[in-house]
Amino acid sequence: MKKNNASVSVHPASAMDFLPLSKLQDLQLSRLKWTVQRAYDKVALFRERMEKSGFLPNDLRSLDDIKKLPFTTKTDLRDNYPFGLFASPLEEIVRFHASSGTTGKPIVVAYTKEDIQDWATAILRSFAACGLHSGDIIQNAYGYGLFTGGLGAHYGAEALGAAVIPISGGNTERQIMIMKDFGVTAISCTPSYFMHIIDTAKDLGVDLRELPLRAGVFGAEPWTEDMRQRIESESGIKAYDIYGLSEIMGPGIAMECLYQAGPHIFEDMFYPEIVNPETGEVLPEGSEGELVLTTLCKRAMPMIRYRTRDITALTSEQCQCGRTLRRLKRIGRRSDDMMIIRGVNVYPSQIEEALLKVEGTLPHYLIIIDRVKGLDVMEVQVEVTPEVFSDTIGAMEQLQAKISHFIAATTGIRPEVKLVAPKTIKRSEGKAKRVIDKRRM
Amino acid sequence: MKIKQLSIFLENKPGSLIAPCSLLAKAGINIQTFSLADTREFGILRFIVKEWEKAQELLLQHGFTVRVTEICAIEVEDRPGGLVSILKVLEKAKVNVEYTYAFTAKFGGKGLILFRFDNIDKAVNALSKAGINVVSSSELFKRLTENGN
Repeated sequence: MKKNNASVSVHPASAMDFLPLSKLQDLQLSRLKWTVQRAYDKVALFRERMEKSGFLPNDLRSLDDIKKLPFTTKTDLRDNYPFGLFASPLEEIVRFHASSGTTGKPIVVAYTKEDIQDWATAILRSFAACGLHSGDIIQNAYGYGLFTGGLGAHYGAEALGAAVIPISGGNTERQIMIMKDFGVTAISCTPSYFMHIIDTAKDLGVDLRELPLRAGVFGAEPWTEDMRQRIESESGIKAYDIYGLSEIMGPGIAMECLYQAGPHIFEDMFYPEIVNPETGEVLPEGSEGELVLTTLCKRAMPMIRYRTRDITALTSEQCQCGRTLRRLKRIGRRSDDMMIIRGVNVYPSQIEEALLKVEGTLPHYLIIIDRVKGLDVMEVQVEVTPEVFSDTIGAMEQLQAKISHFIAATTGIRPEVKLVAPKTIKRSEGKAKRVIDKRRM
Repeated sequence: MKIKQLSIFLENKPGSLIAPCSLLAKAGINIQTFSLADTREFGILRFIVKEWEKAQELLLQHGFTVRVTEICAIEVEDRPGGLVSILKVLEKAKVNVEYTYAFTAKFGGKGLILFRFDNIDKAVNALSKAGINVVSSSELFKRLTENGN
């Protein structure tokens, strides 16, 4: 095995990242059997589904057999709100988290003491994978509360032995002051919030490139390679992609190493599959499809073949870091984010791609979808930056037309492009809100 | 020969013009002349102030998108054909006029028109050769002061 970066020491907890493949698969199979049995014994929904399909825990002989198990979806979590999918009695539960739930009831997740420890270890391994260690000061700007990001990263940073600043999201000027005064070396937050920090720092006359800050652990929303480049060039840090979702555990399901070649899944804890989102058929390695995850350690709320709705691909190609864990292709889109406009599938990432092509950097933007006289219309509001502003109407109209043209070329839908004044589009402190859908279906 | 003009981006909605104007008013900056170009959705406010650097700084601080452009102030005879004689020179030099606006006051019986060209150096060169007075920045503000502005 090639061992680059010999100077980077490996944290003991990261040893699992380097298990030989056969050992990893043995561990996965024994843990999968334990999980499926537990789910069958303790959770009515899983038991009923398995009985209906005729495939029972004892029939599970190999990892490949996993595809005979039924899927679990977000709807199942909603239908069993709040405690219906728990596999542990309440006296063993020590923590709840919940999704914000824009429509109807939120999704509730629960953790036993062991689950919390496992989660902390997964995040410890995530931070360690991008070169963080004790002695680092981590500013944790994920929101603290029901959202898994804040407390998840917090416990992981403490488990690593780093000094964590539990600053949560918001109050950006104070974030920058503390970053500067404390000599913060790493930050964890959503990538869109960090872009907001970059802009605010510029307004305050603070050059982030001159601060000790060297790494950003960014997740909780899809982002693009171009955003990474912009973040890295404007702030002088390395931007790492962390992946997770509350239904499985929270952040720390997969994380990029120093080589930034896509997040490694902590496969000893989470078993990944890629399926065709329409048919549910398991796809061969390398194909793009929906990520499906099965928990291998979780006690309070095991998940069997959970449909994440994230579109990605898996690769087992050897990473330069030496980890045996497979990697996810960058998740640029979530099937949740997909907009169907006049029957065409459109993703916000396509709009970003077009804006980047026209302007060179990504301006703040907002997509508004409406239905006028039975026809879907897409409006894209774009903030005018000093770089693209001109004193002639002709040049501005040309800019408008160019943006509209590039969006039409990438999505097939010609939008109405509306230029708006700077800072008029609302900034987010958590997940960026890029789309407003006014249609009444 | 070149005058600094400030432009700012405005959304086409009630109240958007007053914000930058009152900002300049509070800072005691006098707008000598201005023009407003508009489309259905947005507008561009262009104006001339003496302390353009101070105004630019102030507007940037308050989150406006500002651009500085160099334009020309050209003396025009106040008689039929006064403007034509200038335009003929520009046509011959193949310079395109992007837009124009003017000072309302007259100076020594002559009008003063602001021109934005696609190629300012070529324009200034051709006009000077033709003996047309392209007023310098210092001369412009001297005249405005004398006029009581």
